[in-house]
Amino acid sequence: MSKRLRMPRLTGTLSGKIGLGMLAFVLAVAFFGPLVSPHGIASPIGSPGTPPYGSAPLGTDYLGRDVLSRVLHGGLSVIWIGTAATLLSYALGITVGLIAGYQRSLIDPMLMRGVDVLLAFPALLILLLLVAGLGSHIWVLIVGVALVQLTPIARIIRTATLEVSTHGYVEAAQARGERTAAILRREILPNVAPVVLADFGIRFGFSIILIASVNYLGLGLSPPAADWGLMIAENQQYISLNVWSVLAPAIMLAMLTICVNLIADAYVQTLGRSALPVRRRRFLGTRTSGLSAQDAIGEPPPSEGS
Amino acid sequence: MSEFAQPGSSKLAPTPTSGTPPDHHSLVHVEGLSVETVAGLSIVEDVSFSLAAGEALGVVGETGSGKTTTVMAMLGYSQPGATITGGDVRVGEVKMTTVKGREQRRLRGKVVSYVPQNPAGSLNPSMRVRDAIEEMLRAHQTNGSAPPVKDALERVGLTGSEEFQHRFPHQLSGGQQQRVCISVALVCEPPVVVLDEPATGLDVVTQARLLDELLRLRRDAGVSMIYVTHDLAVVAGFADRIAVMYAGRIIETGPTAEILQRPKHPYTRGLLNSIPDHARPRRLEPIGGVAVGIGDRPPGCAFAPRCPLRIDECDAAVPALRLVGGLHATRCIRPEHVGPPEFTPPELERAGSRQATPLLSVSNLRAEHRGRGEVVVAAEDISFTLNRGECVALVGESGSGKTTIARTLAGLHRLSEGRVVLGDEELAADARKRSRAQRQRIQIVFQDPSDALNPRHAVRGAVARPAQILRGLSRGESDSEAERLLGLVRLPKGIGDRYPAELSGGERQRAGIARALAANPEVMICDEITSALDVSVQAAVLNLIAELRESLGLSLLFITHDLGVVSTIADRVLVLEQGSIVESGDTLDLLMSPQHPYTKSLLDAAPSLSKSLSSAGSGAS
Repeated sequence: MSKRLRMPRLTGTLSGKIGLGMLAFVLAVAFFGPLVSPHGIASPIGSPGTPPYGSAPLGTDYLGRDVLSRVLHGGLSVIWIGTAATLLSYALGITVGLIAGYQRSLIDPMLMRGVDVLLAFPALLILLLLVAGLGSHIWVLIVGVALVQLTPIARIIRTATLEVSTHGYVEAAQARGERTAAILRREILPNVAPVVLADFGIRFGFSIILIASVNYLGLGLSPPAADWGLMIAENQQYISLNVWSVLAPAIMLAMLTICVNLIADAYVQTLGRSALPVRRRRFLGTRTSGLSAQDAIGEPPPSEGS
Repeated sequence: MSEFAQPGSSKLAPTPTSGTPPDHHSLVHVEGLSVETVAGLSIVEDVSFSLAAGEALGVVGETGSGKTTTVMAMLGYSQPGATITGGDVRVGEVKMTTVKGREQRRLRGKVVSYVPQNPAGSLNPSMRVRDAIEEMLRAHQTNGSAPPVKDALERVGLTGSEEFQHRFPHQLSGGQQQRVCISVALVCEPPVVVLDEPATGLDVVTQARLLDELLRLRRDAGVSMIYVTHDLAVVAGFADRIAVMYAGRIIETGPTAEILQRPKHPYTRGLLNSIPDHARPRRLEPIGGVAVGIGDRPPGCAFAPRCPLRIDECDAAVPALRLVGGLHATRCIRPEHVGPPEFTPPELERAGSRQATPLLSVSNLRAEHRGRGEVVVAAEDISFTLNRGECVALVGESGSGKTTIARTLAGLHRLSEGRVVLGDEELAADARKRSRAQRQRIQIVFQDPSDALNPRHAVRGAVARPAQILRGLSRGESDSEAERLLGLVRLPKGIGDRYPAELSGGERQRAGIARALAANPEVMICDEITSALDVSVQAAVLNLIAELRESLGLSLLFITHDLGVVSTIADRVLVLEQGSIVESGDTLDLLMSPQHPYTKSLLDAAPSLSKSLSSAGSGAS
């Protein structure tokens, strides 16, 4: 599925360029930040909630620790937990959706009722139950977030799979006796994945918010770990003392989610350009001006003659 | 309608280029119409024609010839991305190209109305039949003069009952949907109706009935009609005059009989030679080459690159439309060299001369559709044998079960009863339960080539896959095999790297055929493989299939609704009505002396060029 996600194509669009640029910056901060941070992350260097001054350009947080150092240290955990959880949710959601949509018989209702059960519980409740039951290990957090995110992905993929399965190319594959796994991977997946990949940015953002919420409730990463989500949670009550203690990690998180969204947009745009005839035709066929419904007695046929 | 019935047309100068009678009753007058894309590429160029009250004009051309764009300009409309850049479209006393906004909308449907190509997609699925018609009436605020909904429906041959008026589009058949569209177009009694391929997608019987209905409406209500189609045979019995379009220009225009009997443009002749004819089976002679796209039209005659009569002067400049006698005009500089269409009979030694070795035998096949507790029998008690090297056609209307039979044979549909034997092995009902060798021996080519190729796979990969799976070739071997097959089906070099969206319909279908051939099959099931193609492309594909059959020794099960197609390719025919075979026999016998009433009705309904020619000939003389 990543076959088509090629960098040269992405940089061909404006949102791709900006998105990749921002991503490079955020990743640089997250990876190289710890190497250049001026102070430690655990011990106070001044009085709590001091606005920016000489040796602490972003001031100190509610415990008097250096905000800049904590921002420089705090990216790695967000990025990796968020990425791992989102990717896992995609892997599980797509697999469940594909199988449910393609194998109509008994597997479909079984899988989808399972998904519905997940949907019935509030996201946070599932996470809390998991953490309470299995302890607040990072893996528990990742799997929990993935479970919560899986439901919409599985449902969308299932519906798209139902539609794509009726196409001639799927029948052709069945007729030549391809294994089910090969049909799902080769014939169906490339046609249904864009529907959910377009929302990757939003889902990634949601994962981060979920993780931050769990951290805020004290069930995820525990202090004094530096983490952008955790920092916002910890400092929000003291925002009036040093606004940067909340703003700096918030900006980093915002940049992270925005750049992921931009890259997802660019991905969809490059798809629209090359391999999605349906999109293109729909675009051409859409009436954007001129005739209104009662005049044209229907839609002018697409593409013909143009 | 009254205000347009007698248009004053004193301003109307007779134009020698339009090939139209310089009469004073012309209702529609199009002069020098040009439509361009936003990028400045010309879609339609210098199109002129006129139409008298009650007259029918057939606009004929291949996909991409600009015919739809031209007729949409009749409503002052251009598709997104295109603009009308020049010329006049006058209907009655109204200039459709200059009116704007509200006024323009008022005129559409009232003065000119449009019947779209795809009725299923054009009717709002959430609106009942009555609402669809009333919406049109409301839009034009006809104060009581318009017929009530009941009359409007009955006028197009539908029942006007309350029950019918309350139906939703999905509760109508394809033919009924198209009639409702026509009823909507006619309800405000416009003097001109534009019909854009209204019969495409309908089966022959429904199509014939629709054409009859249109003829009656013309006679009774005096409506002028512009009928757009890619198939000359369809308009042959319907239109008074024909305008043939190629690459955005009208390249020939004249009275129908003239065009059919004495075409004066090699393209028109090529089209006529591409049309299969059940009443007079013939060898098809497709036009060589491919239609030029927008943007690479040559400076001279656009048809020159494909033209058998081309000389150097052809490339110098676009030939003007000039009269070649009567009302007949052509854009060819050598019209005297264009001969009449040819009716070469096909070589028909096949049927008897071949030794009959049964390859695929089907006995008592039954297939059903199950859904929501009901069981619909799609095909029942189907028995036939396909001999080695033979081509058997399975003919029937839509809904007769022919596609279900094809899918059952390919192992894609559940076999409820009966046996399918290939060679001496009985085939399992499900493709997955068949052995690799069995799957390899029987291949299917699907109806809709854009649906049958995965939009995410480049053509080479799609063609190579069956060779990998079914013949166990390595990646490299299967790739070079794919290249060889793409050449075999006459696709240009380098097409293997392209995606289906970048191919034309005909090219896609060739790729579909190449994919089936990649398995090196013995039996090829062709499920309506030409129904989505233009006639000229269809002719080329049919000839290709016939050639491949000869050179590779393929046995074909050819499924179609078109008896003309049958006449060019099949040795034997099975006629299918509602899931049962009602008649079978050798192609010529069956076409010339049908026994079953259903076969007769199919033959009567199918458009035939030679029938139209002879009736036109007798009418003209």
